[in-house]
Amino acid sequence: MKQQDSKPLRPDLAMIADMITPNSRVLDIGCDQGDLLNYLVTNKSVDGRGIELSQKGVNQCVANGLFVIQGDADNDLGEYPDQSFDFVVLSRTLQAVKNPQVVLNELLRIGKQAIITIPNFGQWRVRLNLLLNGRMPVTKTLNKTWYNTDNIHFCTILDLFDLIEQDGYIIEKFTPYSKNGRQTHKAKTYANFMADHALFLLRKS
Amino acid sequence: MTVSQYNQTILFDDTPLSLDCGAELSPITVAFETYGTLNLDRSNAVLICHALTGDQYVANPHPTTGKPGWWSRLVGPGKIIDTEKYYVICSNVLGSCLGTTGPSSINPTTGKEWGLDFPVITIRDMVKVQAELIRQLGIETLFAVIGGSMGGMQVLEWLCNYPERLTSAVALATTARHTAQNIAFHEVGRQAIMADANWNGGQYYQVEKSPNKGLSVARMTAHITYLSEDALTRKFGRNLQERDKITFGFDADFQVESYLRHQGMTFVDRFDANSYLYITRAMDYLDIAARYNNRLAEAFQRAAHVRCCVISFTSDWLYPTVENKNIVHALNASGVPVSFAEIESPHGHDSFLLDLPEMDKMISGFLNSCARSAGLRAI
Repeated sequence: MKQQDSKPLRPDLAMIADMITPNSRVLDIGCDQGDLLNYLVTNKSVDGRGIELSQKGVNQCVANGLFVIQGDADNDLGEYPDQSFDFVVLSRTLQAVKNPQVVLNELLRIGKQAIITIPNFGQWRVRLNLLLNGRMPVTKTLNKTWYNTDNIHFCTILDLFDLIEQDGYIIEKFTPYSKNGRQTHKAKTYANFMADHALFLLRKS
Repeated sequence: MTVSQYNQTILFDDTPLSLDCGAELSPITVAFETYGTLNLDRSNAVLICHALTGDQYVANPHPTTGKPGWWSRLVGPGKIIDTEKYYVICSNVLGSCLGTTGPSSINPTTGKEWGLDFPVITIRDMVKVQAELIRQLGIETLFAVIGGSMGGMQVLEWLCNYPERLTSAVALATTARHTAQNIAFHEVGRQAIMADANWNGGQYYQVEKSPNKGLSVARMTAHITYLSEDALTRKFGRNLQERDKITFGFDADFQVESYLRHQGMTFVDRFDANSYLYITRAMDYLDIAARYNNRLAEAFQRAAHVRCCVISFTSDWLYPTVENKNIVHALNASGVPVSFAEIESPHGHDSFLLDLPEMDKMISGFLNSCARSAGLRAI
């Protein structure tokens, strides 16, 4: 337990943690071994819940006293009541769900605010890779081939901006960042070219 | 079998228990086993609820069969449900036949066995009796209530009816209502018992012959529902029983037939046919949501402080994952903190009784974290 608490958070998770207000209710979808939730419960006294697909992740979370349901974003959000969480977190997962638009809507039905991070398929290395090789890019961030990748709905930062705008949600915060967690310039088109990932804090209009 | 071999207590002696069917029952004898020691602030009590044909011998050998307790793998000193840390209680359910009042007990008004004059009971009635037992033992709040299958149904009734007396709850391989298929299988079992001439309208206690054939067939049918097709195939396939070829007759040619017959035959030594009728009926009548405007979530609204853990098994087709998830969704919707996992297992419904390391990790992780958060003191 102690060891778990003192382990520094992955940079993108630390960015998410900074946005979450103390004593709030948080649902972390795809919570893995519960690092973020553990941090939030310990340091921000949140009422945290998780959804995680892997048995290993679930067992680790449960052993740390977290409440986690084995499941995924496509199948297990429907039963949560409207606005039952202050924050719903979906980190590095939107591109791996069957229906990203439905999931996005679910996040903002269940949560008053949603925090989403995505790998950016518009980053220049990815573009260059496709341009020069003519094959689906395999990079450090997107490190699997097209036939065995979990990422079935690739999008760029600009693509997600479009979807958010189309569905009428408001972007409270937008933070593009590199793979080691360093923030890049926030101008949309520039970020779409330079950033490996991006974080969005959303709410309903 | 003599009654004195059980640890028993008599409850509802002054005030009868009002049953769901409208009848009143008094007194009620409850047979129970305890393991470990109750700590000073009486905060380490764990109630384990047994399944349909289970009993209070969760960790002690069964007095009739001599077999180890049905969950002795998990319950004992240093084990996952550690009797050096927890005071474990397991009582025989109302309507059963191992020392708790049921249809084979003596009806005080006639001086004879109840038989079918015994009132029809429900899972909630069983839990009311448990709650009274716990109160009589001087325990205000249980650290945990734990059960699989019908034991899980009792856990759910505890969550609905006595949430203020719980700290945590673990339900495995269970459901909040019996489906048409669940009822159908039980009905086959009951009809097999009632079709046995020895059943005699439930009055067979005074004669030599019991409806063993019928009860045995009931057990055989039920046993199939506790396994999976995969488990049966791997265990038996089409293997023949002590012979080289089929006999063109109705002997137990196949190993699976021989196995089921053995299951049926040994079952009748330890179980009463009328108890089987009453307890299967209690399970069939379970539909918790029906009592709450068909909204299961409403049933758990007073349980938001109880830490819950629900576990299902991939190959369980009796109470499949979807039924367990219904419970989880309802708990979630009521703001009850709940963890859930569907454990990978090929063994069917009986998985919860078997050696599955991932299940063990989940239960021990859950109980330990609950004990930490409750600041549970050592004995």
